[in-house]
Amino acid sequence: MMGWTRRNAGGRATLVAVFGFLYLPIAVLVGLSFNEAGLPTVWSGFSTRWYGALLGNADILGAAWNTLIVAVFATAIATVLGTLLAIGIETRRRASTGLEALVFAPMVIPDIVLAVALLSFFSRLDVTLGLHTIVLSHVIFDLAFVCSIVRARLKHFDYSIVEASRDLGASPWTTFWRVTFPVLMPAIVAGALLAFTLSIDEFIIAFFTAGAGRSSITLPMQIYSMIRFGITPEINALATIVMSVSAAALLVSQWLNKDQLR
Amino acid sequence: MVAPCLLILGYAFFERGTWGGVVYTFTLENFERVFDPLYARIFLNSARIAATVTLLAILIAYPAAYAISRAPKSRQAILLFFAVLPFWSNYLIRTYAWIVLLNREGLVNSVLRWGGYEGEPLSMLYSEGAVIVGLVYNYLPFVILAIYSSLSRLDMSLVEASRDLGAGPVRTFLRVTLPLTLPGVAAGGVFVFVLSIGNFVTPALLGGGRFQMIGNLVYDQFLTANDWPFGAALGMILIAIMIVLLTLQARATNRAAGTTREAIR
Repeated sequence: MMGWTRRNAGGRATLVAVFGFLYLPIAVLVGLSFNEAGLPTVWSGFSTRWYGALLGNADILGAAWNTLIVAVFATAIATVLGTLLAIGIETRRRASTGLEALVFAPMVIPDIVLAVALLSFFSRLDVTLGLHTIVLSHVIFDLAFVCSIVRARLKHFDYSIVEASRDLGASPWTTFWRVTFPVLMPAIVAGALLAFTLSIDEFIIAFFTAGAGRSSITLPMQIYSMIRFGITPEINALATIVMSVSAAALLVSQWLNKDQLR
Repeated sequence: MVAPCLLILGYAFFERGTWGGVVYTFTLENFERVFDPLYARIFLNSARIAATVTLLAILIAYPAAYAISRAPKSRQAILLFFAVLPFWSNYLIRTYAWIVLLNREGLVNSVLRWGGYEGEPLSMLYSEGAVIVGLVYNYLPFVILAIYSSLSRLDMSLVEASRDLGAGPVRTFLRVTLPLTLPGVAAGGVFVFVLSIGNFVTPALLGGGRFQMIGNLVYDQFLTANDWPFGAALGMILIAIMIVLLTLQARATNRAAGTTREAIR
């Protein structure tokens, strides 16, 4: 135990350095969002004026609304399909390898390739691009994440309780709703929250599948064009809000997962 | 249960249909163009940048993951959570943060001037270095997670055995710990390499469009030049690189598992 403490000093220094590297840029953005001047060079006093400016920016509000619509629909569809898929994969052992590879491919394929693949697919089918095509595209990669979280839960699932329920005379339907579903619930909610976070933040695929026109611009697309346009202090405020929402969703999801491991 | 399976079969058709959409104008010409010196240079450049990013990320992530795995058990989960948290915040925002830091009027230059630096402000933004820093920053959490997961699975009795047999800490690390955790390093490394080489946001924002990577090239072919077949050929090559690397990594992991089993025997 003595040696342990000595070794830990080096470890602690490493962690401080790495965490500093990870959080300094984020801290700077959050700090600047409250800067009166909004410029990185000078601190001219605490102010929430940039948050006020955001509320008056119709473009940003519209984009935020679009993002919310996409995230809610994509999450709902992906959660239902992902859960069913996870149950399907876990209960039918055979022939699942190829299927598994298909489901999880969107997690590893470079975003840009998936984005152009979807774009060419939609245009081949002559589908008009818009919010609905963004939703559909988001479902594809959200699905992979929901499915893998629910599957992890199923791995530890005690199937004897399903048998017990059947032995006691419950129908498959009743067994699912009264036994399987409640056990899976924390994983499903965690998966949904993760899917929601991913959808809110996703940029490249939305960018490619949105089509022309302002009507289907999502928040990340709005942020991208603001960044390209140059540094405006409003982005700092926007960034702070977006990061807080993501962090909150992730915290809840993590908390539910912890519950699941117990 | 059949419905989602059918749907996934539909998704399978999705991808094939997509590539099918490419096929009808597809000749070998597109692939020949990839090897055109102009594009080959962009490929090599991207590969070099991605390799640098991968190496740096591993060099930073390994000590961090090691420190987390040696922390008291009760604290490991929370440390890991905070290491990965930035990974889940918006990619664009994390990249933008570096614009704020590296800008000519940015924080780094302000700090330098405050520290007594008198010369011209350094122009760090819109350079290869900025792109590399941005990519390392964005993917670091994932590499920490990958290496941590293989460190936490490490059988500590092997480390103790090595120490008991008289090996020093450095030798134990190099001969026991490092080889046994290489699968985690490889997993993290492959992920970073694949995502870096195909990235287009970071080069576009931090590189200022001054130099191109494959991702930017794909983007241009689809949205600017409207040359979809060529863009698709480039995309397919990215996928091919990914499959080759993942296969190599899987094979290396299997071999590592084999040698561990032998070592224990």
